[in-house]
Amino acid sequence: MPLTQRDIDREVAELREAYEASRAAGAPAVHHPARDYAPYRSSALRHPHRPLVPVEPDPETVELHGPVFGPTDVTDIDHDLTRQHTGEPLGERITVSGRLLDRAGRPVRGQLIELWQANASGRYAHLRDQHPAPLDPNFTGVGRTLTGDDGSYSFTTVKPGAYPWRNHENAWRPAHIHFSLFGTAFTQRLVTQMYFPGDPLFAHDPILQSVTDERARQALVAAYDHELSRSEWSLGYRWDIVLDGPSATWIEEGRP
Amino acid sequence: MTAPENTRDQAAADGQGPHGSEPLQPTPSHTVGPFYGYALPFPGGGDVAPANAADTVTVHGYVRDGSGAPVPDALIELWQADADGGLAGAPGSMRRDPVDGGHLGRNGVDFTGFARVPTDADGHWTARTVKPGARPGHPPYISVCVFARGLLHHLFTRVYFPEDTRAHTDDPLLASLDAERRETLLATAEGATGSYRFDIRLQGEKETVFLDFHR
Ligand SMILES: [Fe+3]
Repeated sequence: MPLTQRDIDREVAELREAYEASRAAGAPAVHHPARDYAPYRSSALRHPHRPLVPVEPDPETVELHGPVFGPTDVTDIDHDLTRQHTGEPLGERITVSGRLLDRAGRPVRGQLIELWQANASGRYAHLRDQHPAPLDPNFTGVGRTLTGDDGSYSFTTVKPGAYPWRNHENAWRPAHIHFSLFGTAFTQRLVTQMYFPGDPLFAHDPILQSVTDERARQALVAAYDHELSRSEWSLGYRWDIVLDGPSATWIEEGRP
Repeated sequence: MTAPENTRDQAAADGQGPHGSEPLQPTPSHTVGPFYGYALPFPGGGDVAPANAADTVTVHGYVRDGSGAPVPDALIELWQADADGGLAGAPGSMRRDPVDGGHLGRNGVDFTGFARVPTDADGHWTARTVKPGARPGHPPYISVCVFARGLLHHLFTRVYFPEDTRAHTDDPLLASLDAERRETLLATAEGATGSYRFDIRLQGEKETVFLDFHR
């Protein structure tokens, strides 16, 4: 019998209740999703059974440093996904802006941010995405930028559509933009997804719900920011990103 | 705007941490999904060794899941010291063409220390690099970050080289592992000079040792 949305919803609720009970009993908050989150079926064979092995980082640890990127790694229009073809893409034009910070609240400067997303119809420019929604010849859906001195970034794009997937029967992903982020240390590496406020699909999506902590889940949802909207041009969303993990600076100064 | 966002903005406005309060909560990780393939990989992503490098090495292997099946939609990133153990890195891993916006590839001279390779339909990946130099207290190793569809939070591991036997006894990580687990972090030297095999098993038998830096 195929898995239904109701099956998935029940599993999601059970795992969330178990987490909330552990919190009530004094367990610390868990920010990241568990790798063995059963409602996301693809995780079943792809998470380690053994606990991760803790590494006590010392200043010589390779992972406390990280790859560097610079102006040679991006072009001037990489942050504007609406200007990469001869015509304008279809959809609702948006800007997504925010800041890249470390856990001490310090701006993470000059680092590479990459993003990718489906088009306004919910289709990726990827051969294996065969969802019967139209491709847009004027939209690829890939962007890059370097953060500014204050950790700021800004992309212009179109709002992606929701799309179906095969986790269970009638499974739909809420609209989202994939983000890839580098900090000053490889330990700060992050790949994640940004969502749009008020999406009715949130409750049904096992990927978003894999973040069982309510406050942490909210941190994945951008805020509509009217100040960022541009008259007769685009709607503005604000999304700040906080990188986890120690860096060489963190070791020198003690934990934040 | 929610309360956590406000706290974050305030701390950021100060340009420093929120003194006397909790650190900001990190943005949660999510899976890379199935469709990163037209966005993240770039031509020459695994060709880390500059064209003029004297001793290049090939590091390659398969990624397998808990059933032993190949993982054809994993993304492997490597970060390593240069041949002298230096970690300065260099920009230009994904150097872009300002004329047509395409990828130019590396400049052939600078060693950036960074590789990014998607697995192929066999779950296989390859990088051509230079053997990193040792860092004080550590034998040479390449740091590995694994992303995949189905993996909600990336995994870190390390490639150590089999010939550095003596230095391995002093390495804090290797010394902390029993022989069977330690073996998963050691590449195997192959027939061809400078060719090393390093398989990544996400789950189950001979499961690769994955690392946690967050303590
Ligand atoms: Fe997606």
